[in-house]
Amino acid sequence: MFDLDKWQEITAALKKNKLRTILTGLGVMFGILILVTLLGIGRGFQNNIQSSLGNFATNSTVFWVERTTKAYKGLPRNRFYRFTNDDLVALKQGIPELEHIAPDINGWSGGATHNTFRNEKKGNFRIKGTSPEMNMVNPVEVISGRFINENDLKEFRKVITIGPRVKELMFEEDEDPIGQYLKVNGIFFKIIGEIKPLSNNMGNRDDIIQLPYTTLQQLYNYGDKFYVFLATAKVGESVAELEDKIFEILARRHSIHPEDNQAIGHFNIAKIFNKIFGLFNSIGFLFWVIGFGVLITGVIGVSNIMHVVVKERTKELGIKRAIGAKPALVVGQIINESVFLTTFAGFWGLVLGVVIVELIGKATEGSPNPQILNPYVDINVAFIALGVLVFFGVLAGLLPAQRAIKIKPVDALRYE
Amino acid sequence: MIRLQNIHKSYITGTNKLHVLKGIDLHIKKGELVSIMGSSGSGKSTLLNILGLLDNHDEGVYELNNEEIKSMSETKAAKLRNNLLGFVFQSFNLISFKNAMENVALPLYYQKVSRKKRNKLALEYLDKMGLKEWAHHMPNELSGGQKQRVAVARAMITEPKIILADEPTGALDSKTSVEVMELLKEINKSGITVIIVTHENDIAHMTDRIINLKDGRIESIVENNKINNTESVQIPIQE
Repeated sequence: MFDLDKWQEITAALKKNKLRTILTGLGVMFGILILVTLLGIGRGFQNNIQSSLGNFATNSTVFWVERTTKAYKGLPRNRFYRFTNDDLVALKQGIPELEHIAPDINGWSGGATHNTFRNEKKGNFRIKGTSPEMNMVNPVEVISGRFINENDLKEFRKVITIGPRVKELMFEEDEDPIGQYLKVNGIFFKIIGEIKPLSNNMGNRDDIIQLPYTTLQQLYNYGDKFYVFLATAKVGESVAELEDKIFEILARRHSIHPEDNQAIGHFNIAKIFNKIFGLFNSIGFLFWVIGFGVLITGVIGVSNIMHVVVKERTKELGIKRAIGAKPALVVGQIINESVFLTTFAGFWGLVLGVVIVELIGKATEGSPNPQILNPYVDINVAFIALGVLVFFGVLAGLLPAQRAIKIKPVDALRYE
Repeated sequence: MIRLQNIHKSYITGTNKLHVLKGIDLHIKKGELVSIMGSSGSGKSTLLNILGLLDNHDEGVYELNNEEIKSMSETKAAKLRNNLLGFVFQSFNLISFKNAMENVALPLYYQKVSRKKRNKLALEYLDKMGLKEWAHHMPNELSGGQKQRVAVARAMITEPKIILADEPTGALDSKTSVEVMELLKEINKSGITVIIVTHENDIAHMTDRIINLKDGRIESIVENNKINNTESVQIPIQE
């Protein structure tokens, strides 16, 4: 309800000492400004790390071959072995908790400056074998065309998908690369899709050329062998337990001593993800604490000023009570002033904070390796902050208001 | 209208206890014009504050409008003050950031009367005080007499049963003092009980009854309602 008299009271009280009101308001304004800016930047950090982790499956593990360190079944130690395509089938059949498994195979450029040619254009790109399952673990986004499928794998098709950088260097801007051919390491491949990596893990960058890993094995004479694979656990299954089971089967298949842990390298990615997320949660929490602390300082300033204002107006409040103002009304009025001051100042702090976060976003947008990505102020955070301001406004006014009505009207009237 | 029986009041300042009112018995009838006189420290202001519900008494019985006043909540007291009483102070006590009309209308704000209605009423009362054209002036633009007339209008707007005036002419020159007193007398004629605290003889003599206070007790009560108010009456001095 809009009550003109109430507003007149509020503005009259605050206008009485403008400089003091402005300075007090600034305290609250900076409080909310810092809170909002910190949270916005925190969000930017998080966005940055999340975009580099991207949609990489967090419940995943990576395995790689090492040399054996124990003699077993008549085989010497320090023996070298490689994973085979049959291992993949065996693991899938043997472990129900295993969701996806995909070999990670890199192409080799043979030391040439350029490995890819098309007409006059040439470039040096990252060549990786992939599979539909790999796309479930370390995914890319298909911009046009299609991704590599099971038939491509089975039939060793000479097809590739290309990253944005490849398209940029090997094609004109208005050219459609789908169905075109690229000469990669001397062999012509048909482009079936344009993709964009959704994470920067395991060498997935914009300069990537992906082909079916079976094709890659054949062309580079790898046979059915590979050195590294990724695996994910089904939802709700423990990655650590999955690792144990994979180890057990691989050890059996490659005649590795069951206790030769160093023979098969593996790394629980889920653990690292949890650590990173934990770190960011802590940073986020710290930002909240700092921002909140500054805000509280501002609110204490308001409470302080309200104390002074109430003291200065003791007589006026005495007069009002003599002619019939009830204590609840007096308290309400002081709280109104306090809430108005905190909310008004806080609102501008919020607006300024949003502007600053936007400016930071604009400034970091173009940079090739941003530390902060798309910082923004969560609308919920803004509302929470405003709610907190109103709450603290009430709190800041309550104590001085209590003091104002504690004085007997007769003493208030005498107060000079 | 007002009945006091053996009213005591003392203040505690530090370790000292100051006994201000030492048993006041007083009866003020409806429609009376009474003055309370006494030197400073006699307890006259304390008495007025107790009558005005601005302070509470320690002992004794206080009946206001047939209702015994005991320890009551501030909310109740504020309501009674607003409905029954009107205050006029020595230092006018107008709200400095409100103009004359808003000052007069303020008690009605506490009765939740609509803004339009109370401002209209305030203008009427200011008109009665001859201050209509000053309605939109701020208090600091008014003379002492004008301020006090605004204060009287503010006291009157709720149509109270009693007007309590604490040294209403204390800050005014003699000519304006007489004007304000005439105003209060006129108000009294309309049936409202008026109680004036003063230390000035000639002001007191313009009232029906003078209650002389000394050291917290009623020293004497002088009835001078039959006497022409321009004629000074000797107040009997005891001891």
